[in-house]
Amino acid sequence: MSIEAQEKKGMSVSDEVVVEMIDVNKWYGDFHVLRDINLTVYRGERIVICGPSGSGKSTLIRCINRLEEHQAGKIIVLGTELTEDIKKIEEIRREVGMVFQHFNLFPHLTVLENCTLAPIWVKRMPKKEAEEIAMHFLEKVRIPDQAHKYPGQLSGGQQQRVAIARSLCMNPQVMLFDEPTSALDPEMIKEVLDVMVDLAESGMTMLVVTHEMGFARQVANRVIFMDQGQIVEQNEPEEFFTNPKSDRTKLFLSQILH
Amino acid sequence: MTDTVKEHKRSFYRTEMLPPKPPPPASTGVLGWMRENLFSSWWHTILTFVGLYIIWLIVSFLVQFAIIDAVWSGQDRTACLADGGREIGACWAFIRVWHNKYMFGFYPEDQQWRVLVVYAIGAVLLAFLLIPRAPGKRLVMLLLFVIYPVLAYILLYGMSSLGLPVIETTRWGGLMLTLVIAAVGIVISLPLGILFALGRRSQMPVIRFISIIFIEFWRGVPLITVLFMSSVMLPLFLPEGVTLDKVIRPLVGVALFASAYMAEVVRGGLQAIPKGQYEGAQALGLTYWQMMLLIILPQALKMVIPGIVNTFIGLFKDTSLVSIIGLFDLLGIAQASLADAKWATPVTAPTVYLYLALVYWVFCFGMSRYSIFMENYLHTGHKR
Ligand SMILES: Nc1ncnc2c1ncn2[C@@H]1O[C@H](COP(=O)(O)OP(=O)(O)OP(=O)(O)O)[C@@H](O)[C@H]1O
Ligand SMILES: [Mg+2]
Repeated sequence: MSIEAQEKKGMSVSDEVVVEMIDVNKWYGDFHVLRDINLTVYRGERIVICGPSGSGKSTLIRCINRLEEHQAGKIIVLGTELTEDIKKIEEIRREVGMVFQHFNLFPHLTVLENCTLAPIWVKRMPKKEAEEIAMHFLEKVRIPDQAHKYPGQLSGGQQQRVAIARSLCMNPQVMLFDEPTSALDPEMIKEVLDVMVDLAESGMTMLVVTHEMGFARQVANRVIFMDQGQIVEQNEPEEFFTNPKSDRTKLFLSQILH
Repeated sequence: MTDTVKEHKRSFYRTEMLPPKPPPPASTGVLGWMRENLFSSWWHTILTFVGLYIIWLIVSFLVQFAIIDAVWSGQDRTACLADGGREIGACWAFIRVWHNKYMFGFYPEDQQWRVLVVYAIGAVLLAFLLIPRAPGKRLVMLLLFVIYPVLAYILLYGMSSLGLPVIETTRWGGLMLTLVIAAVGIVISLPLGILFALGRRSQMPVIRFISIIFIEFWRGVPLITVLFMSSVMLPLFLPEGVTLDKVIRPLVGVALFASAYMAEVVRGGLQAIPKGQYEGAQALGLTYWQMMLLIILPQALKMVIPGIVNTFIGLFKDTSLVSIIGLFDLLGIAQASLADAKWATPVTAPTVYLYLALVYWVFCFGMSRYSIFMENYLHTGHKR
């Protein structure tokens, strides 16, 4: 399998491995969710993962920061293998940002406090510095004026952008997105995708579970199609969309692209 | 085309957007409110009058007994005896004579200023802690939970080297003892309850198991039994020569008992926190304790404030059970006072119990109001 690093607007892929999954398997009880997953992510890659509901996409990316535990195989993130060792897991989580479908903002804290919490407590950053950084990223996601509101007072799109800013404040090396736009109204999807495009253009390594195929075409350098816990097909977006090889992929694409 | 919808028109488009209008007036005055809520139908009208009648019966009886027919001063029972045909209500004169004992038990009168100092400092610190807008919460917490207990102990118990004569706990009593037991119980049961609630939800089987055993043990035993065990059985288990203070023993019992209930209340709150909050915190690299202290507990505790205060109120009232094992808390000393032959009258006991009910009620009602205030305060602005 060779991956053509496709240059888009100066987004470049280096040959430094950031995430490596080797023969990863996972079960929920008897149910085999992930089957022999092999995946190597290089620095600067923008990978879009798609597939039918229940195919294991969320489980796959949640294994990368150990929100889910895998039972067989190896996952190596930034040179560290994920094991039981909670200290190592916490170290990896500091370097790996995650954005959830339902935002998971902390409702009892203001937007600014949501963003500064982890830098202050996890990185021991002085409060003032953390606030400066938070404001910087809130500007990047275009909502600096909401900094002192509570998450419950924001629209879904704004909340998701806060969630992105919150992750970025930890200065992560990899960002994981689990269907970041699928809980949003159509008019808010674009504002979140725009922020994600900016992020991709800044060179961030991203793994994105999404069905936004426009986004995949625009920024992804690789699209992965999963079904029944397996990687069925992966390719660069042009090839993937215009010339899918597997019948499952064809069927899936015909259903979502109309 | 105007921008009102004509019924017969099937198609329509708006040329001007409507400006916002103020809402209709909320209430139509007192009369309107009464018509709507009290007299909306003949059935409601009957209920209203029956209710009013019952209220009238209770209130008029209480006013008659506690104020109109009451005896306010006197030296002995003759003041409160019905002679000359006059109805006799509450014998407040008796309460006045015993009042000092009700407040301080057998604490020497010339040393009672120490108790008042402890009250005053506690009240100031508590005010700073409980008023949300007051500054310096961290300093106040440190003072209240670390320095204050030591200070209070030194003041109440005494320390000869400081010129404060030692007053044995056997002489403590009355409302003072009730407050000491309740305060210690509250201060211990909240943190301990939180720890056991977390323990019960822990991933580690040993910790979970210990927590479950602790909680289920204390929940399964009546407080009376706990108190008897602490006063009668505990000394048998202690190694020879070790004695535990007569007040400390039930104190520990009450505190652990309340902890178990508190743990279950807090666990309810923890269970109501969505999984996403845990994941959001974990994904940022927070440690377990950071996640719990900064994200989960603030939300969970806020949710169960009514339950927490309910447990506090229960604890406050349960302190009266220590009178059964021979401590002279407010209830204990009040009952002892009934044996005072000098004041034996038919109205003495009713007066004392009315007084007791009033004192307990004031404290419990205060806690309840504070909890309501806190809920409203915490819910403004960012309620989801
Ligand atoms: N905690 C769990 N316990 C048992 N089964 C689970 C659990 N979480 C997920 N599953 C199952 O594992 C399978 C894969 O779930 P996963 O959430 O990874 O799918 P997905 O591809 O993200 O789907 P979707 O598009 O609906 O989000 C599903 O069939 C789901 O029912
Ligand atoms: Mg999913």
